[in-house]
Amino acid sequence: MLDTTTPPTGAATPRTIDARGSYCPGPLMELIRAIRESQVGDTLAVLSSDNGSRSDIPKWVEKAGHRLIGVTARDGYDEIVVEKLR
Amino acid sequence: MNRILVLGGGVGGTLTANLLARKLGRQLKAGTAAITVVDTTGEHVYQPGFMYIAMGGERAANLHRPERGLLDKRVNLVVGTVTGIDEKTRVVELADGSALRYDQLVLATGSRIVPESIEHFATEAYHFYSAEAAGDLRAALDRFKGGRIVVGIAGMPYKCPPAPLEVSFLIESELRDRGLRDKTTIDFCSPIGRAFTIESVSEMATPILAEKGIELHTFFNVEAIDPERKVVLSLEGEELPYDLLILVPPHKGQQFLMDSGLAPAPGGWLPTDRETLRVGGRPDVYALGDATDLPLSKAGSTAHFEAPVVTEQIAAAVLGREPAGKHAEYHGKVMCFFEIGDGKGTLLQFDYTHPPKPPRPNRLWHLGKIVFNKTYWHTVPKGRI
Repeated sequence: MLDTTTPPTGAATPRTIDARGSYCPGPLMELIRAIRESQVGDTLAVLSSDNGSRSDIPKWVEKAGHRLIGVTARDGYDEIVVEKLR
Repeated sequence: MNRILVLGGGVGGTLTANLLARKLGRQLKAGTAAITVVDTTGEHVYQPGFMYIAMGGERAANLHRPERGLLDKRVNLVVGTVTGIDEKTRVVELADGSALRYDQLVLATGSRIVPESIEHFATEAYHFYSAEAAGDLRAALDRFKGGRIVVGIAGMPYKCPPAPLEVSFLIESELRDRGLRDKTTIDFCSPIGRAFTIESVSEMATPILAEKGIELHTFFNVEAIDPERKVVLSLEGEELPYDLLILVPPHKGQQFLMDSGLAPAPGGWLPTDRETLRVGGRPDVYALGDATDLPLSKAGSTAHFEAPVVTEQIAAAVLGREPAGKHAEYHGKVMCFFEIGDGKGTLLQFDYTHPPKPPRPNRLWHLGKIVFNKTYWHTVPKGRI
């Protein structure tokens, strides 16, 4: 099950895409959906418990011309933060 | 009275209803249980056959039969379009204004294609996700005299994940037979970082793509079609020119499931427990087949192996016992054939914890798929295999 929350306009915190419990390519597909809905300059944080996301998402971010801000290991999942550049 | 309502007369709904009729025969006879299937058309369609219309050799007329003839005589059939579900009153509403009450609800409502969500899809792209569209693709292939063919996926998830690879392989094989291969380029576009979602299948398919001279483009998420320039553009910023464009259309769950609050927008896939197949923790609502959000193939095979679990869960509830036996829980079993072209195929068999180990492609697995397609009507819906 997937859950997304959007912070108030102008907030510094990234939009969070909670894809924990989803399996490859679910988290990547959720990020792609969110990127399509976002504006250039927005940051998005994907939460994923699927190990494949650690490599799949950064590879996609590079190919798609966005910026990988960071990959952080949390308690049982990874937080991958991306900035939309174009 | 236990009223069991099954929405959808596809593989999952039909098989679940028939298996329930067997398990609850005594209750049905005594009038303490009733099973009703609601289907929009009353015609059961064998969707895996669509690809074979496009690839030649199959006719649309062979791919549908009256649902009534496939259902156990003890199962009621209502032909109608569901417009809503009221969970408070346990009522399913139909377009004709009638209402059906339930105690146990099975959502076997499948998926639907939404090609209209991509501009110019209807006029520029071909697909094989309906009998009519597959016939149009066949005609386009018959007219094709060489050029650039692009095969892509315009949204995930979609039905029958191997199908776009299979179609690429089969078209390549056909064009060689027709002497058109050296006049044609074929591009295969995958939305993810490899040819197929499951790594072991990707490892099998990637060298076959290379052997057949089909160029693999990864991370190609179809964003737009430019009909003037005859190019398909990706979200990632690439574009590919085409003379013949074949795209898997985007898929969604049913709108009434979103409207009724059972499935979240925009996808409309039902949040389904991976083992009990209950929807959103509800004790009396189950889902199977394409309608779920499970990380599995949207395929008849998935519904085929889920149906005995939904049956056991409901039968246990009706009989006042715990689910028991090998179908007490679903473990993610899926099994499907995979066409490679040149009369060869392989087999994908897997579950939640065991990824597929496809055997080396051979003629046996191709013939297996053909035999399965021909015998489907007598086996799967009736619970004989």
